[in-house]
Amino acid sequence: MAKALVETKGLKKHFPVNSGAFGRGKGRIRAVDGVDLAVMERETFALVGESGCGKTTLGRLLLHLEEPTAGEILFDGKNLPELDRRRMRSLRRDMQIVFQDPYASLDPRMRVGDIVGEPILTHLKTLTRMERKERVRELLDIVGMDGDAAMKYPHQFSGGQRQRIGIARALALQPRFIVCDEAVSALDVSIQAQILNLLQDLQERFSLTLLFITHDLSVVRHLADRIGVMFLGRCVETGSTREIFESSLHPYTKLLLSAVPIPDPHKRDRTKTPITGDIPGPTDIPTGCRFHPRCPYAKNLCRAEDPPLRTIGERTVACHFPLSS
Amino acid sequence: MEIRNLTTRFFTRKGVVRAVEGVDLAVRRGTITGLVGESGCGKSVTALSVMGLVPSPPGHITAGRIILEGENLLDKNPEQMAGVRGKDISMIFQEPMTSLNPVLPIGRQVAEPLRLHTRLGRRQIRRKVVEMLELVGIPEPEKRLWTFPHQLSGGLRQRVMIAMAMICEPKLLIADEPTTALDVTIQAQILDLMKDLMKRLETSIILITHDLGVVAEVCDDVYVMYAGKVVEQGSVFDIFDNSAHPYTLGLLRSIPRIDANWGKRKLHAIEGTVPNLSEMPAGCPFAPRCEKARSFCREKEPPMVRIDGRHFARCHVAGEGGSPDG
Repeated sequence: MAKALVETKGLKKHFPVNSGAFGRGKGRIRAVDGVDLAVMERETFALVGESGCGKTTLGRLLLHLEEPTAGEILFDGKNLPELDRRRMRSLRRDMQIVFQDPYASLDPRMRVGDIVGEPILTHLKTLTRMERKERVRELLDIVGMDGDAAMKYPHQFSGGQRQRIGIARALALQPRFIVCDEAVSALDVSIQAQILNLLQDLQERFSLTLLFITHDLSVVRHLADRIGVMFLGRCVETGSTREIFESSLHPYTKLLLSAVPIPDPHKRDRTKTPITGDIPGPTDIPTGCRFHPRCPYAKNLCRAEDPPLRTIGERTVACHFPLSS
Repeated sequence: MEIRNLTTRFFTRKGVVRAVEGVDLAVRRGTITGLVGESGCGKSVTALSVMGLVPSPPGHITAGRIILEGENLLDKNPEQMAGVRGKDISMIFQEPMTSLNPVLPIGRQVAEPLRLHTRLGRRQIRRKVVEMLELVGIPEPEKRLWTFPHQLSGGLRQRVMIAMAMICEPKLLIADEPTTALDVTIQAQILDLMKDLMKRLETSIILITHDLGVVAEVCDDVYVMYAGKVVEQGSVFDIFDNSAHPYTLGLLRSIPRIDANWGKRKLHAIEGTVPNLSEMPAGCPFAPRCEKARSFCREKEPPMVRIDGRHFARCHVAGEGGSPDG
């Protein structure tokens, strides 16, 4: 089995809630609440879950853009929260992020060439201006854009092209690990397909490790090697994409998958798992298993005790009574 | 409801934006008609035109008829249209937070159409509101009357929107991306609710979406729009099993499918981007991106041709084979 590039152990991130008069602290949002996870080298790992499940916060923690409340984040064996600033800074070259909204993540006052060249300017100070320009041209070519684009501003491009610019910027320092946070969610389907294909190509070409954060399970099934399913700050199941889709162990995974609309009208009358109730918020996480209020199989044990993450073969699941395959 | 040759244009300083160009559309009673396409294809402007809500200026409906039960809505003055909106036709939007009033309790908002369009007394209104909230699946509706929108989750807010839209039992409900902002499990609940209400209240629905999965799950008839025009129309089975227009085919091939075979593969991307609506190319608007385009496609605009029965496509080379799996 491949080596893990990024690993977390008991990772937690709690945010204080300042509500009430004069902003006095009242409770905490447990956005990430004890996650054990391993992303293998050169794989595409997808983090899925519904809004508020903590997938974005987890992604930011993996890049050490957030300081964890507790736990370890190992990147290539090094625990990020323990590194001093200088070593963290040099490690940043290996990790990059592509954001969801290509309208908000590119500075509208900078030329595309400067946007893509900025990481090079910061981290590779020895390069001359001409060398940097050459590198930017090369990067734009890699993501399928004309070299002329370097002289233009972000507003002159469509959403799909802007996302290509964001990807070129992420590739600038030849990173090993890229987090794509809902990177295709804002795009139209025909453009989304272009970007997904590009990401697949780049991964092979540059041996990248990709962490894909998304709520779109069809995209995940198409792209990911392995999946982690998040629910209210926990990673409740991990496994290979095929195993998870064909025989989910966690009832939440099963519910989530059965809710995805299938683009085939002949399949509309298939039996679906009935869905009841709303998702509780991360401030009022239920006791016991956090999924038990919505779980059709919940028993007394589930209401009382939080299930630990168990390993079954190469999969993990946090459930007292995992579904049999 | 029937739309004939609807043409809506926006007259801006930069030129005329042809948002909707000669759209014909018919909604059969008690069915869900899907209006599908990518951003800027004119699907939302079509809906706003039906509602009489096109922002004017710069927007203007320059031609066409919108016929609801024998009456042309475009002949009505703004006052008469206000009597139609919320009563005969109502609309729900993508973002329930921005379309609900944040400073009014939801009970009052759901009651508003009844106050405007009926002569019911206070007690009767209250009873109907509670019934409606219950029907859309809001728990403890009596207590929720005094709740404000920000106290509800996204799914519940969308249910409130639906309650408000359905309370006068309209003949037509236009739902513009009603589930796009929602999580998949909540989306499934809302779609089930819309289907259920349609049957109970005998409403017809126009569902505007970019999500072909949602279309396949709930629609009876489908209209595919591209650059302001309907490019293909037919039953949901015509569109998915036997797509005739290269654009429809391209869309179906470009989506990652939850029911695909295993194994890594490339998605079929449609190259290029949607044309600028103020500088439309000559000939077929899809020709610059079309794999099957011939020279005459770039010169002559294709007419709507019948494939069979109620299945039509606006294409010179339509019906020359191809399936979504190819």
